[in-house]
Amino acid sequence: MYVYDQFDQAMVDARVAEFRDQVRRRLEGHLSEDQFKPLRLMNGLYLQLHAYMLRVAIPYGTLNSAQMRMLGQIAAKYDRGYGHFTTRQNIQYNWIRLEDAGDILADLASVGMHAIQTSGNCIRNTTSDQWAGAAADEVADPRPYAELIRQWSTFHPEFCALPRKFKMAVIAAEADRAAMRLHDIGIRLVKNAAGELGAQFYVGGGMGRTPMIAPPIRDWVPIDQFITYCEACLRVYNRHGRRDNKYKARIKILVHELGAAEYTRQVEEEFAHLLSQGIEPPAAELARIAAQFTDPPFETGLPDSMDLADPAFARWVRVNVSGHKAPGYAVVTVSLKPAGGIPGDASAAQIELLADLARDHGFDELRVTHTQNVVLPHVRKADLYAIWQRLEATGMGSANIDRIGDIIACPGLDYCSLANARSIPVAQAISARMAAREDEIGELKLKISGCINACGHHHAGHIGILGVDRKGVENYQLLLGGSEGADCSLGTITGPGFDEEGIVGAVETATEVYLARREAGERFLDTYRRIGMAPFKEALYG
Amino acid sequence: MAEVQFRFRNDELVEDAMVTVDAFGQQANASAVRIEPGDEPRDLLPHLERLRLVEVNFPAFTDGRGLSAARILREAGYAGELRAVGDVLVDQLAALRRCGFDAFAPEVPLNEDDARAALARWPAAYQPAADGRAPLWALRHGQGA
Repeated sequence: MYVYDQFDQAMVDARVAEFRDQVRRRLEGHLSEDQFKPLRLMNGLYLQLHAYMLRVAIPYGTLNSAQMRMLGQIAAKYDRGYGHFTTRQNIQYNWIRLEDAGDILADLASVGMHAIQTSGNCIRNTTSDQWAGAAADEVADPRPYAELIRQWSTFHPEFCALPRKFKMAVIAAEADRAAMRLHDIGIRLVKNAAGELGAQFYVGGGMGRTPMIAPPIRDWVPIDQFITYCEACLRVYNRHGRRDNKYKARIKILVHELGAAEYTRQVEEEFAHLLSQGIEPPAAELARIAAQFTDPPFETGLPDSMDLADPAFARWVRVNVSGHKAPGYAVVTVSLKPAGGIPGDASAAQIELLADLARDHGFDELRVTHTQNVVLPHVRKADLYAIWQRLEATGMGSANIDRIGDIIACPGLDYCSLANARSIPVAQAISARMAAREDEIGELKLKISGCINACGHHHAGHIGILGVDRKGVENYQLLLGGSEGADCSLGTITGPGFDEEGIVGAVETATEVYLARREAGERFLDTYRRIGMAPFKEALYG
Repeated sequence: MAEVQFRFRNDELVEDAMVTVDAFGQQANASAVRIEPGDEPRDLLPHLERLRLVEVNFPAFTDGRGLSAARILREAGYAGELRAVGDVLVDQLAALRRCGFDAFAPEVPLNEDDARAALARWPAAYQPAADGRAPLWALRHGQGA
């Protein structure tokens, strides 16, 4: 994976010094809170309901064991002993003191990490496929391209005061494991008939109060021009995105109001101009980065068979372990979703154990998924039993990836000052209630947001839940039929909402309709798409 | 009108009368123009040879349209003074410089020491912009000069 050279390190160190200076000027009164707020946000520091929250960047979700260990140490030293993995493949700490923020950033910088642009109206941490470099279906490893985007977008002087936040994702397979089309810019790497690599651009997707699936705006950008194309997309947005209303300021509204064709025309005009401006990093830079993403030294001749005599282990292998491109190896997704637990939370000890597992069994590599789990991308199948035992012993052995208990949930009203309703207790109640039926139900992606901003991706859940405030009482709307994958779709609201107890029952009712009506091989989503909303409405409200 | 507090040019301060972008095309003897956030900077491109001063107004530092306007003018070859005015703050100076601004007239004068520190903060830059600074990839591959 990518390791900082002295240039990267100098930039991160300068950022720490800058932030310490900004905090000093705030405390001395040279900066008003209005002036300080965008600065602290661009260093990932939010003011929540009860305390500051610090969001640390994990570029394209990739990190090594030393970095993961540091994340655990920060949880122990500066937080109340927990970290919370997020849908942007980042981690956030919910109990931070402002006066510690500079020291935390310095600790992070010591292992090549930072909180740069994890918030604010700028280009955020670029996400990618958590199986990059391990998946058999990718046309290329997307991470070198995501790293090029990281460098290009870091402290970009023209795009540091955008109309609104800006999120990008890069994938390199037909399968979409990164919700690519729900991003401001989604890029899919593809190969043409001549075997050359190019980039497909999708622009103007997003969730929030106006969810949109990004339309394709260009089928093929030569790979040695794709940063320039990004710059053109951003310049048109920076100049023409709406700034009169923060709820209409995302690029999806600009693309929607102009129409994808007119937006594309403007981008193409800017792109033609920028091609002469020397924006694009040279091939040598891409080669330098790509050389750091070569395969680890996989052993050959390893067995593909495993002893599955222990039924609990066999079940975990079936649900949490995925195929790897190298024979004898597997991809492990560690569930941070124990039944009744807080989705995405990990204790300092759990985080350090994940670091140990990567060091001992995983070529020192880890990934964070946008579904708030952690991946060991390269493990020998022969080591799976030992890994599982250590996970089981520390409460991370849940066999429920992509099952109903593998819930995405935003922090909700327990932490967030924007929320209208709590998300975490609803997730806890559903995962506890449904745990025994996960195998029977099979794949079912459930996502919960505590307000209309949709940080919990409720629009993209096979089942989505949106918490709202109804005359001072928490109320939960139910949505069905969303998907974040290559078959991207937005969920539809079933009808009137439910109270906290009622929403748990409503989810169970929806699964019962599915179980009664499914045909062979159908997932919940497939059955919903075939039979439509009516049978579900009948069962829920009839 | 706010004083120019920082200037990174050796030529004389331009004090010509300022006109709007809309008026500039019609006023054949105008040499100074003020760009507001919604203005089209490319309307000025046919008249670059008579332009000596471009003032870009930032009514709020959170509105980054003036950053694009500045770069567009520099990319088109404008070499005259590019002055940032309005809500110009210490922590925006480095980005403004990178986008091609070479003069600053903040509405509220800045602390001199803080401003100098902010302008000297960054050891390098990741991407090319309008300040002629070689991006990191150029330094890494021996193209930095």
